[in-house]
Amino acid sequence: MEVRREALGAGGTRSPRIEEHDSKELLRGAELLGPTAPATLEGEELERYVHERVLTTTLEKAVAWGRSNSFFPLAFGLACCAMEQFQTAGPRMDIARFGYEAFRASPRQADLIILAGRVSIKMAPVIRRLYDQMLEPKWAISMGACCSSMGVFNNYALVPADKFMPIDVHVPGCPPRPEGLMHGILKLRKLVQDDPDAGWRERYDARGTEEIRRADRVDPGA
Amino acid sequence: MTVADQSTGGSGPQISGYRRREQSITLSAVEEQTGEATHEELLTLNFGPHHPATHGVLRLLVTLQGEVVRSIKPVIGYVHTGIEKTAEDKAYWKVIPVVERMDYLAYYFNSMAYIGAVEALLEVEVPKRAQYLRVIHLELNRIASHLIWLGTSALDLGAVSIFLYCLRERELILDLFEMSSGARMHTRYFQVGGVIEDIPVGFVEKAREFTKIMPARTDQYGAILNANQIVLQRLRGTCPLDAGTLLGLGVTGPLLRAAGNPWDLRKATPYSSYDDFDFKIPVGTVGDNYDRFAVRVAEIYESVKIIDQALDGLPEGPFITTDRKVALPPRHELATSMEALIHHFKLVTEGFRVPPGEVYNAIEGPRGELGCFVRSDGSSKPARVHMRDSSFVNLQALSHMAEGSYIADMIATLAMLDPILGGIDR
Amino acid sequence: MPDATGLELLAKDLRETGGLGSDAVLDTLHFRGRATLEVQPAHIRAVLARLRERGYTSMMSLHGVDYYPLEPRLGVLYELLDMSKVDRITVKLRVPTEAPEVDSVTPEGSDGPGWPTADHQEREVYDMFGVVFRGHPDLRRILMPEDYEGHPQRRDFPVGGEPVIFTYNEGDSQGAAG
Repeated sequence: MEVRREALGAGGTRSPRIEEHDSKELLRGAELLGPTAPATLEGEELERYVHERVLTTTLEKAVAWGRSNSFFPLAFGLACCAMEQFQTAGPRMDIARFGYEAFRASPRQADLIILAGRVSIKMAPVIRRLYDQMLEPKWAISMGACCSSMGVFNNYALVPADKFMPIDVHVPGCPPRPEGLMHGILKLRKLVQDDPDAGWRERYDARGTEEIRRADRVDPGA
Repeated sequence: MTVADQSTGGSGPQISGYRRREQSITLSAVEEQTGEATHEELLTLNFGPHHPATHGVLRLLVTLQGEVVRSIKPVIGYVHTGIEKTAEDKAYWKVIPVVERMDYLAYYFNSMAYIGAVEALLEVEVPKRAQYLRVIHLELNRIASHLIWLGTSALDLGAVSIFLYCLRERELILDLFEMSSGARMHTRYFQVGGVIEDIPVGFVEKAREFTKIMPARTDQYGAILNANQIVLQRLRGTCPLDAGTLLGLGVTGPLLRAAGNPWDLRKATPYSSYDDFDFKIPVGTVGDNYDRFAVRVAEIYESVKIIDQALDGLPEGPFITTDRKVALPPRHELATSMEALIHHFKLVTEGFRVPPGEVYNAIEGPRGELGCFVRSDGSSKPARVHMRDSSFVNLQALSHMAEGSYIADMIATLAMLDPILGGIDR
Repeated sequence: MPDATGLELLAKDLRETGGLGSDAVLDTLHFRGRATLEVQPAHIRAVLARLRERGYTSMMSLHGVDYYPLEPRLGVLYELLDMSKVDRITVKLRVPTEAPEVDSVTPEGSDGPGWPTADHQEREVYDMFGVVFRGHPDLRRILMPEDYEGHPQRRDFPVGGEPVIFTYNEGDSQGAAG
């Protein structure tokens, strides 16, 4: 899978988002093209290059379509968000319409872990082990405010999920409605089909409006 | 709901036919027949925090002899959220959403217990309309909690379709909650002194539609499960525990009522106008898993009756106390009255101050006595909030109930115990 | 709840009969219709046994409080319930942080059967406040990880928490992704 590198300014310091994207790709076993990627190809080489890319791209697209339409979520609920996860699997907001009703009990058979609920410090290593037991390709959705950011309880007992495992989609809410969770899962589906939704910075053309962290600035969040 | 009894009507405890046949085969008989000595060992099995049958992240260390459970050690704390510590940091009315998320199926009950304690400290009176509205929402929440219990327990026992039926009914209840407060779960509807907002037009009609269909639907679930021989054999006669041991363990709620003791705080110490309503307390006889199941299903009918009576008798009046030092003034007053503006400002920025003291307030939650201890030191933040959660105390009964039975019976017992890990771990 | 007079009579009874000594019951408090007896920590088992004889057979709750900055700092409260008379009473004891030891009421003792319901609840008080219950069959941490240091619900333990990741500080989040 090719990775395009964005250069910010001369020489290009890599933005944290690009780093994040690259490290996720690394976790998935992709190869990153280094700075010595071929810039120009000619003749036979060019033909072979195009041939490979077109075939692999079509095949990859087909595989991605298949994977995205048949997530096997892990039957994993921690707290209140699990109740809304049940409701998402319930008759009204039927998760089976989209093909995701096969909740597996074993992490070896699942490819999507929906962290539904607050992650306490005792549970974090358990979840990390579950995530490690899942086979590639695997995705993670952080459902609810408690695991995405600290939620209602910003205290000694909880860990945000980003601290110990890579998360693909964060779904806000406390608890998120079944429609909200479905929106998050469908966003993941778009991501897997290699058609990720543009972040808000792209949508509102807000590049360049980032706050720069100054060394002397007091962090109000800490 | 009478079903022909499978086991023979003899003296002694009722055990099913398959169990009797299995118990008749002893290991020494096997040895005689095959000539091989059998070697027995105790196996400790970990029912991990991630398990489809433990309701939530409960970890059980189960020591087995063959398939017979010899000892159970529950390990909890996997969803410990530090709710009580967080509550010390927030103003009294800001504690309500924090405390609601404790027992995450009985959110109105958590807030009711806490608000009852604060109202006792403040000595503020709750108007009658607010009390009736509270009763309606509490009983709707009780039905919703029992529906999830029924769905997940049936799932554990193998009856998968009941889970989807119960979720369908729960959607109707969540629709009603959304009508009154805007949110489906953790609604912050109860406030100190009453409820946050009056019910909208159409709530009463929609609630009556619900109470009309709910008994028929519960009849359907009863019909499916009570005719299912697998469910009956797994529940009848398994893991009984007498009321004396349960009382010693501090167990209350449907578990105690299944064992024959009709203790219910709604009748014993009525709070929030429960004595205005006429309802029965379902009580079991044997105290086995089937009685626990039947008591909870019967409680759904009783809750529907209470909701009907509350809707019939809903009085007019204010929905929150008129004491402006405790409750926010209505918004239209802010434009005209200076005092209302000042009260609003003080309540929103600092919150009301509570006179120093300690109070323990107990209500009847869906799993038993749900108590809240609040200690105030005179400031606008509580000095200690402790929730006495019923599941935390009920979990101690698991080892007494399930030791000596099979693993499958232990799973059924865990389902009938109805543990909610959010309440256990807080 | 026993009314104020009933509470005083109960306290007098506990002090005089049963050989507990007049210093067993330190204080009585009748507040908002609820009765509280404050007792010496050394006599807690005896007081609870006497109350059980008088009908308060169920222990509904056992919880701890940190009374910082008042000394002695750590308090343990026992909520008792008399089901036949529908009566509640609270028994309170306070221990200092330097010597936070109390007799556990869980096991059976010479003064009668214990209170099995206190098992997990005393473990929780130990975990959250550090009160050591002598004679408890299995006193270890119940909610926090076994090797956790500190007693979270004491008032001098910080609430803690993680800084929430916004765009201005996402660069220095030490997450798996960044």
